[in-house]
Amino acid sequence: MWLINSSIGRKFVMSITGLALVLFLLFHGTMNFVAILSPESYNAICHLLGANWYALVATVGLAVLVILHFTFASVLTWQNYKARGKERYSVSESYDEVSFASRNMFVLGVIIIGFMVLHLYNFWFKMQFVEIVHKMGGDFGDISLATDGAYYIRLLFANPVYCVLYLIWLGAIWYHLNHGVWSSLQTLGLSNSVWFKRIKCIGKVVATIVVLLFVSVVVYFGAEAIMNGTTAYVW
Amino acid sequence: MEKSINIKVKVWRQAGPKVKGMFETYELNNISTDASFLEMIDILNEQLVKEHKEPVAFDHDCREGICGMCSLYINGHPHGPDQEVTTCQLHMRKFHDGQVITIEPWRSRAFPIIKDLMVDRNAYDKIIQAGGYVSVNTGGIPDANAIPIPKPKADEAMDAASCIGCGACAAACKNGSAMLFVAAKVSQLALLPQGQVERAARAKAMVAKMDELGFGNCTNTGACAAECPKSVSLIHIARLNREYLGAKFKD
Repeated sequence: MWLINSSIGRKFVMSITGLALVLFLLFHGTMNFVAILSPESYNAICHLLGANWYALVATVGLAVLVILHFTFASVLTWQNYKARGKERYSVSESYDEVSFASRNMFVLGVIIIGFMVLHLYNFWFKMQFVEIVHKMGGDFGDISLATDGAYYIRLLFANPVYCVLYLIWLGAIWYHLNHGVWSSLQTLGLSNSVWFKRIKCIGKVVATIVVLLFVSVVVYFGAEAIMNGTTAYVW
Repeated sequence: MEKSINIKVKVWRQAGPKVKGMFETYELNNISTDASFLEMIDILNEQLVKEHKEPVAFDHDCREGICGMCSLYINGHPHGPDQEVTTCQLHMRKFHDGQVITIEPWRSRAFPIIKDLMVDRNAYDKIIQAGGYVSVNTGGIPDANAIPIPKPKADEAMDAASCIGCGACAAACKNGSAMLFVAAKVSQLALLPQGQVERAARAKAMVAKMDELGFGNCTNTGACAAECPKSVSLIHIARLNREYLGAKFKD
């Protein structure tokens, strides 16, 4: 299977799964932004995306994408480490053309996955998971709050520590996408002497839009808690 | 305006492919800043011969930046701290008095060390043998103008063809990937009418050979293009991806 056995095939899988995850992030970011405009509308979306068959299928799809992206990244990083040879350079420098993000994609990815686990515990575990357990006849968590996303957002970002943690996470995502978006387009072959600069610019713009959508929610609800004096360290 | 500097060179010494290597430091005095980097190593070797020591083995041939034979990873850069030149075109004026210059061989699994600073770059030849050519039946020589080629395409093919196969791309790449080299070779023929017949087969065969020889996977860091003495651009890598993916999807 050339998608696994050839270097360009493996990069193709990285590219497609990465781009699909960026599309998901764009949707997720837009949805979160609604929470600022109207918490009720946000909860309506949460309700739509509860333990319904289509939301569950999408969740499984996302899990598959993340697993594929991470597994391929691990294999590629390991292969690339070996391809460098046993002896390492004692002095190594790089020019400005080589971005920080491009040299540290795997490390950034691991940071992102780590925070993602925390994020799933903060939200998914208390929302969709509670609903799933409930539908299967179990009793776990507070089912009345399972689609009250706005409540959980307020609760989480009333904790300044979480605000900082999430901002660090979003910073890592910004760097990762800064290289990831244009690189995936380059891997698909969508670049030439004219489009090379354009896709690099598109990558930066997409990364910034995605991250700003998320950052706005953290900052808005974090600031709201501080202004109202409702800061609370709930874990 | 001639000037001379005193330097220290820290050179990788390794007696053979399987022997463990290490750095040796040598002092060199009164090196003219007009000397090329390779001339500086010649002076070092003369000095070593006079001291009845083994001279440093290094690759070199034309010394005018066109053969692709010289290599050397100098102070953290392939072909040294100057862009768009090969090591033989690098001059001592790029260094200052008292500087310690670290000279290492290319380090990549696919380029095993032969001795000291010499590495075996046959891997690149094997990739070319896998498909980097155009098959033609012998016969009369066709007129140069018999096959019209648009100027932009001819220019881009020429830019790709400027690759001298020195190996700096794979040496610079943190992934040990040879994509820029393979891309240049596939690109130059994919752009020209003569290369069309074997186009898909060429992309598949050369990439397969590249993977087989143990080169890494490209992650588009761009270190290769930044270090390439001939400024081969990353857009050729995009074209290689396009050629390869297109050929595979057609299958």
